[in-house]
Amino acid sequence: MSYPQPWNDQQMDRIIGMILRVGVLISALVVLTGGFFYLRHYGFNVPEYGIFQGEPADLRNISGILQDTLAFRARGIIQFGLLLLIATPVVRVSFSIIGFALQRDKAYVMVTLIVLALLLFSITGGGR
Amino acid sequence: MNILEFTGLVFSGSLMAGFLGSLTGMGGGVVIVPLLTLLFGVDIRYAIGASLVSVIATSSGAAAAYVREGFSNIRIGMFLEMATTQGALLGAIIASLIPTPFIAVLFGMVLIYSAYLSSRTPSSDSNNGAHDPLAARLHMDGTYPGSHGPVSYYVQAVPTGFSLMFLAGALSGVLGIGSGSVKVLAMDRAMHIPFKVSTTTSNFMIGVTAAASAGVYLNRGYIDPGLAMPVMLGVLIGSLLGARVLVGARTRWLRLTFAAVILVLGVEMIFNGITGKL
Repeated sequence: MSYPQPWNDQQMDRIIGMILRVGVLISALVVLTGGFFYLRHYGFNVPEYGIFQGEPADLRNISGILQDTLAFRARGIIQFGLLLLIATPVVRVSFSIIGFALQRDKAYVMVTLIVLALLLFSITGGGR
Repeated sequence: MNILEFTGLVFSGSLMAGFLGSLTGMGGGVVIVPLLTLLFGVDIRYAIGASLVSVIATSSGAAAAYVREGFSNIRIGMFLEMATTQGALLGAIIASLIPTPFIAVLFGMVLIYSAYLSSRTPSSDSNNGAHDPLAARLHMDGTYPGSHGPVSYYVQAVPTGFSLMFLAGALSGVLGIGSGSVKVLAMDRAMHIPFKVSTTTSNFMIGVTAAASAGVYLNRGYIDPGLAMPVMLGVLIGSLLGARVLVGARTRWLRLTFAAVILVLGVEMIFNGITGKL
């Protein structure tokens, strides 16, 4: 390579590893917290997973999940944790764009932007 | 059975699945759907939603360790993720149009195939085919840490690998699994990437692939927090424990046992799909 590289692949690997670890840890803790309140509220109810009904509207999109979390609803808090988990790879991909841009690797900035666009399309409800 | 007992049992089952999955290197996600549907009578759509979430958790957890070791190739991973995320999105979108008995039968077939793949020893064939100039242009060729310093490798057949990855993504989107075995097949067999690089890069890609379909499933109301909670925590803790256990001589025996369990589950899924119970 003729130009100086501000970030090499090893440094990128290290930061990506950290993003993944922190993301999984935070989401697991949020899910655990929500799970505690969920079991305290609903623990003695009967589970009904044999018949598919689908989740209520508020647990299906980002704004509904945030509202439920702020209102301290147990199922909403778990769903928020799951949303953080789904967001972890999205954050990882976003970071890779910065990494490839600093390496001036235009081809991979494009590749990564395409992957990010597909992920955002999915998470914001585009594929429903 | 109340929710407290149900949650405890699902957590234990998921813990076991994650533990065996990571110990044998086959991933725990593939047994979650049969476990939930056959054993706990959960509707397959809820089961797939919960499974997808657990797949993201284990992939991200394991990938965090692998990327540091320097085996996974982020360029190969990112390039092929274009194929897997498109496949996963398409798979998740068409999944709602496929009748659930068909999904059960397809799932059974994939289970039987995974059992077959895992009963064989991984290939480490020599790198004697033509190098793909596309791979060189995309800076995919790399090195991995060997016992006598870095070992370099060259990537072949990028278009074939890319197509197989689209298929892996679509399967992941329809069935809520990581499709690790198809990903490894594409990289190891088609693209002639060294086995250790293939498996770790595959693991690295699974999280992004599963996230692409998980978004669709979440928006469609297939992800139930009460069910996904014990599954995600169980599989995650189980797989982290499995990764810490020293891999000894009994791995082959364990693999074959786990493969046998997967085979039985596969037959059961197909049977229940055909008789319309799922």
